[in-house]
Amino acid sequence: NFFFFDRLITICIIIVLLMRQRELKPGQSPYRALLDTLELSNSRLSLQLINDNNKVRLLLELYRLQGNMTRVKINELKPLKPRYEVPDVLLSHPITEALSVVAQDENSLVVSLGGKDQRLILSAQPFRLDIVEGSQVLMSLNSRGLLAFEHLRTRKDTESEQATGQENVEQQTDEVCDGQIKEDDDKPGMWEETFKSHTDSKPNGPTSISLDFSLPGVEHVYGIPEHADTLKLKNTDGSDPYRLYNLDVFQYELHNPMALYGAVPVLISHSTDRTMGIFWLNAAETWVDISSNTAGKTMFGKILDFVQVSSEAPQTDVRWMSESGIIDVFIMLGPKPADVFTQYASLTGTQSFPPLSALAYHQCRWNYNDQEDVKTVDQGFDEHDIPYDFIWLDIEHADGKRYFTWDPSKFPQPKEMLQGLMDKRRKLVAIVDPHIKVDSGYKIHNEIRSKNFYVKNKDGGDYEGWCWPGNAGYPDFTNPEMRTWWASQFAYDQYEGSMENQYIWNDMNEPSVFNGPEVTMHKDALHGVWEHRDVHNLYGLYVQKATADGLIQRSEGVQRPFVLTRAFFAGSQRYGAVWTGDNAAEWGHLKISIPMCLSLGLVGISFCGADVGGFFKHPSAELLVRWYQAGAYQPFFRAHAHIDTPRREPWLFGPENTALIREAIRQRYALLPYWYQLFYNAHRTGQPVMRPLWVEYPDDFATFSIEDEYLIGKDLLVHPVTDEGATGVTAYLPGKGEVWYDVHTFQKHDGDQSLYIPVTMSSIPVFQRGGSIICRKDRVRRSSSCMENDPYTLYVALGSQGSAEGELYIDDFHTFSFEEAKQFVHRRLSFSANTLSSRNLAPDSQFSTASWIEKIVIFGGSQPSSATLKSADGTESALEFEFDSTLAVLTLRKPGVNAAADWTIVLR
Amino acid sequence: LMFLGTPVEIQRPRGVPLTKKQFYEESKPFTCLDGSRTIPFDRVNDDYCDCKDGSDEPGTAACPNGSFHCTNAGYRPMFIPSSRINDGICDCCDTTDEYNSGAKCENTCKELGRKEREVLQKMAEITKEGFLLKQQLIEEAKKGQQEKQSKVTDMQENKKQLDEKVEALRTVKETAEQPEKEAKERHLKAWEEQKAAIRLEKDKAKMAETFLELDDNEDGFVSVSELQSHAELDPDADGTLTEIEAQGLMGGAEQVDTSTFESVWPKIKDKYHSEVSREEEPAPVETPPDEVKEPVVDNDSEPYPEDDISEEEDEDDEDEDDYHEDDDKVSAQPTIKTPEKTHEDEEAMPPYDADTQALIDAAQKARDDFEEAEKALREMDDQIRNIEKELSFDFGPDAEFTYLYSQCYELTTSEYIYRLCPFNRVSQKPKYGGSETNLGTWGSWSGPENNKYLLMKYEQGTGCWQGPNRSTTVKLTCGKETVVTSTSEPSRCEYLMEFTTPAVCQEPANIDPSPHDHVEL
Repeated sequence: NFFFFDRLITICIIIVLLMRQRELKPGQSPYRALLDTLELSNSRLSLQLINDNNKVRLLLELYRLQGNMTRVKINELKPLKPRYEVPDVLLSHPITEALSVVAQDENSLVVSLGGKDQRLILSAQPFRLDIVEGSQVLMSLNSRGLLAFEHLRTRKDTESEQATGQENVEQQTDEVCDGQIKEDDDKPGMWEETFKSHTDSKPNGPTSISLDFSLPGVEHVYGIPEHADTLKLKNTDGSDPYRLYNLDVFQYELHNPMALYGAVPVLISHSTDRTMGIFWLNAAETWVDISSNTAGKTMFGKILDFVQVSSEAPQTDVRWMSESGIIDVFIMLGPKPADVFTQYASLTGTQSFPPLSALAYHQCRWNYNDQEDVKTVDQGFDEHDIPYDFIWLDIEHADGKRYFTWDPSKFPQPKEMLQGLMDKRRKLVAIVDPHIKVDSGYKIHNEIRSKNFYVKNKDGGDYEGWCWPGNAGYPDFTNPEMRTWWASQFAYDQYEGSMENQYIWNDMNEPSVFNGPEVTMHKDALHGVWEHRDVHNLYGLYVQKATADGLIQRSEGVQRPFVLTRAFFAGSQRYGAVWTGDNAAEWGHLKISIPMCLSLGLVGISFCGADVGGFFKHPSAELLVRWYQAGAYQPFFRAHAHIDTPRREPWLFGPENTALIREAIRQRYALLPYWYQLFYNAHRTGQPVMRPLWVEYPDDFATFSIEDEYLIGKDLLVHPVTDEGATGVTAYLPGKGEVWYDVHTFQKHDGDQSLYIPVTMSSIPVFQRGGSIICRKDRVRRSSSCMENDPYTLYVALGSQGSAEGELYIDDFHTFSFEEAKQFVHRRLSFSANTLSSRNLAPDSQFSTASWIEKIVIFGGSQPSSATLKSADGTESALEFEFDSTLAVLTLRKPGVNAAADWTIVLR
Repeated sequence: LMFLGTPVEIQRPRGVPLTKKQFYEESKPFTCLDGSRTIPFDRVNDDYCDCKDGSDEPGTAACPNGSFHCTNAGYRPMFIPSSRINDGICDCCDTTDEYNSGAKCENTCKELGRKEREVLQKMAEITKEGFLLKQQLIEEAKKGQQEKQSKVTDMQENKKQLDEKVEALRTVKETAEQPEKEAKERHLKAWEEQKAAIRLEKDKAKMAETFLELDDNEDGFVSVSELQSHAELDPDADGTLTEIEAQGLMGGAEQVDTSTFESVWPKIKDKYHSEVSREEEPAPVETPPDEVKEPVVDNDSEPYPEDDISEEEDEDDEDEDDYHEDDDKVSAQPTIKTPEKTHEDEEAMPPYDADTQALIDAAQKARDDFEEAEKALREMDDQIRNIEKELSFDFGPDAEFTYLYSQCYELTTSEYIYRLCPFNRVSQKPKYGGSETNLGTWGSWSGPENNKYLLMKYEQGTGCWQGPNRSTTVKLTCGKETVVTSTSEPSRCEYLMEFTTPAVCQEPANIDPSPHDHVEL
């Protein structure tokens, strides 16, 4: 959903604080470390920093964290009142490791960071931190002297602040900005009168913070979603910085650093030497400036004299700025991409493991009009033999946009509708947004008001803004009691008409306030003692968390939830899926969906997708088909459309296009076992599901900027067709000495080459990596639930060494039993020396499945004279097989063994 | 398969229709129906797909492109995609598709068959009755059409006569108007002359009166000084009448007598202000111009000032506008004041003499006759045009939709009143006040190629904000009554209306009404 609202002009994005912050030019830092204040406990090092210009003292804390991470915290030593520290994002208190000072002189301190010869060098004047490994500088902090900390002060405070530029507060407010908002005349008049100049009262005065990081040897940085921009972050010299401020943006622009719906303040750096991450734990409005290279910027203290720096080495400098809060940075030192993912996952958790059906196809539209419409669309899928698992209801389903209710004339019998879907083993998602209609006849509103759970305005009254229902209140999701209450509203006896096959979608949770500044909440609104400015980027995470908790609780902890959110923050991966918001039916938007989801995957959020077909506007049949083909190979696969667009169910574009869309969706369903296994892996290890090529080929420089193709897991390479009228694509197949197999034609291609692939409308270029085994369920049925007991076909793609490996993961597909009772099957499949075997990866787990192995397809093999199946009980039987000598594809007929069993097949 | 004691049970592999039984012989190897390969018979329905066409697995879900046949005894047999075998969902009413999924299916074929027969029977009745009604409609339409056709023919004949009559009357009129014109001119001329004579008399009298007024000393002469007392006569308008100027007016003479004053009078009579009769002759009062006022005033009393009406309403509310216009006319009539003729300075024209009046009367009659005939001709033209327009519509192969023409059918929902006026327009009006929205005007028949008369398309309705113009598809189904049964808006601004009419009822099949006594059991 979106609110029709004219774009704020760019200059407004850089509010006054930023202008102030950016005025601070690199140079000598006014900060000095007071080495005599050093305190060192087993795992914590602290000392004071003083700003020599204004004598304000800061407290620096350093921690060594388990898993090769360093935490740097900087706060005021004695703030007038506490500054906001982001709660609920870190999984738990991170486990620390011992720190020790290994050297010290009058101006510096060398701290051992544990093994691997890693040290942290703290220079006192000017203050800076350098993390080194051996003789190599990995990262420097405040090396450009951009540490800034606007300390809290009273209004009358006139102490000598003018000494430094950044302290020279311009008494400007956001009014200045809002004065430049362009209002469009031909919009419905309803909003104009309520959209006035918004005054931010800023009772705490300026509170911003900033710190710079230098990354020697680094040319490629990624992450800090959400932006509709390239995968590789751009240099922001001379342009706006990347902005992180969750906003309901109407018709967002591509290739623009403007803020969108979600924010994850995590930046990943990568070079052939090392992959690292910077996690800036701050929920206030944040900007990131990136400038690359010019070597020699770094000045080294005498203690660093032994460090060799090539003056030609590339370098990237990153500067973080936030409007309030404290500096709390987690430096993830890698060294490999997988290590950074593990490190970040250890801090904020992993992707929630969705029910299998959530990985299948979702049919959405704003809006399916009524129960009859839902029924007709459901039947349409069966009539056209197209699988789908979820049908979605947008805001029109509720009674006057009162969430948790149903429109009595359009959806008079929701349970009947849900039962109808359940009979087809399908599910439904209904929207529940966090703006609550102010209406004394609405139970939800009355309870929130009476429990005093609404966000307050600066004067202490309930904050009210305009959203879909008209005047609305915003529950304070930062309040744990409020969240508990919210979660309880999803109980079957509270949410009337709901059933266990109904799941939830949280939209507008930036939060969207139609008549607020930049369509969001006023920064001086209050969440308990904290200002909205402190918690803004966290609001959406809390909404999704409370909703997901509600879905877990309604099933008494048995069923895995599925909740989609538009706004997100670091840690949102724990609660469900995200989508890229209100995109448009344009080729550019189809293209950008790839880097957008890749960027999210790099920072933990794997369950990502874009509205298939594009939300705004009407896609051509070609664009729609291409989008289905691309979407079928992205993690969250949902078609969605704006209410003003013509209907676009898959069968409305003629039989040929219907067939193309059917085929794309069928490919998705056949690959569900692989997607499921990858999500299990993401849940267990934090490794992204959808990966940029460089994650698996970190030494191959050619992969570092690729964003028109990607890997699913490490074994499938996808290069979707995203150009109108395309007759071919050029795919880069990485890996010297490796081979890739076209999954449709079984053709074999060498790695380390750019390959031109002619395409037709039915082409979805997908390649399986030689050396991998992928399990599919080729019996595609009308929903994923219908396929739960179906047999597997193993696709064994032999690598250049004639071997291959893969995994198979099976559980009940929808409960927590896999975690709580170890009810799952996890097997290692490996092929080497002409022997294919299935071995138990989790011997202490147990689960029985009806699924069996139907067929084994081996690419790149030779013709055997016999194939013998050896079962766990020792019995042997001969398998029939076929060999296609032109493509070197061997097909073993019906091994018939249970998918959970041990077995071996020997080819002779 | 087992014999279950049903005598007609015919043994064949699961999922194979009787018509294909011959290809599945247990004693022989099986050849895929596409001929692509031959496999041992024990591989038929062994839950592994061997044939590319899926024909070896008619009873399992092994082949992605297979299909499963359920007999559905008591109901109708059908094929389902083999992906629906054992998927936990009961598709075949005889439960045969779920033989191994644990799904608890009940055999509902008898019930379904019964219901279907009921429905079909009802449908058949409806169709039958509807078809009879349709025959009547066709009859009526044909009759009506013939009538209209012949009416048009007659009217065209009449029109010819009317044309001639109009021409004849025009000649009569013109013939009568010539002498009328001449007589009227004569009369007018005589009156003009008479008026001129009277004016001359009056002038002379006034001149004499003036002479006496000017002749202050009553010496029988008007002198220069006497004239000078009337400053308004000043020829150069400088405010004073000098002696020389006065003398000039008097033709150089010092004084003039009554007879020479005749030559002075024309020079002064327009300016001269009488000394006595000033109050008798009031300054001419400006009378309202003699023109019919446009009903400007009434625009102000228009209930919806134009500014307040959005574009969309403008377009579709023609009817309403018409109504308002009529309203205006009615209310305007008494407010238009026919200006009173106040020029009474001259005497009214004397009545025509009897001869002239007779000529005028004759001419007027000729004019009236002519106009009446001409009006009749116009009306007839209109009628012919209307009938021809109606005749030009495509009312179906047998004109069975003719009866819908110029009718309207309404359906009231919880929010709106929908109105379908076939071959004209579809509209929607909020139930509780608010203006009507045009959902499309008659476009065309747009059903499938084999029967385009199953759908009507109404297009170019009121535009949608940021969207297309509204349009409506009307789906016609057979029914005894002519009724709008439902409306919906499946896509923004694209409406769907269901409409029953006997006009689409097909001739009932002439076979036994119980079509479900299938041999297969």
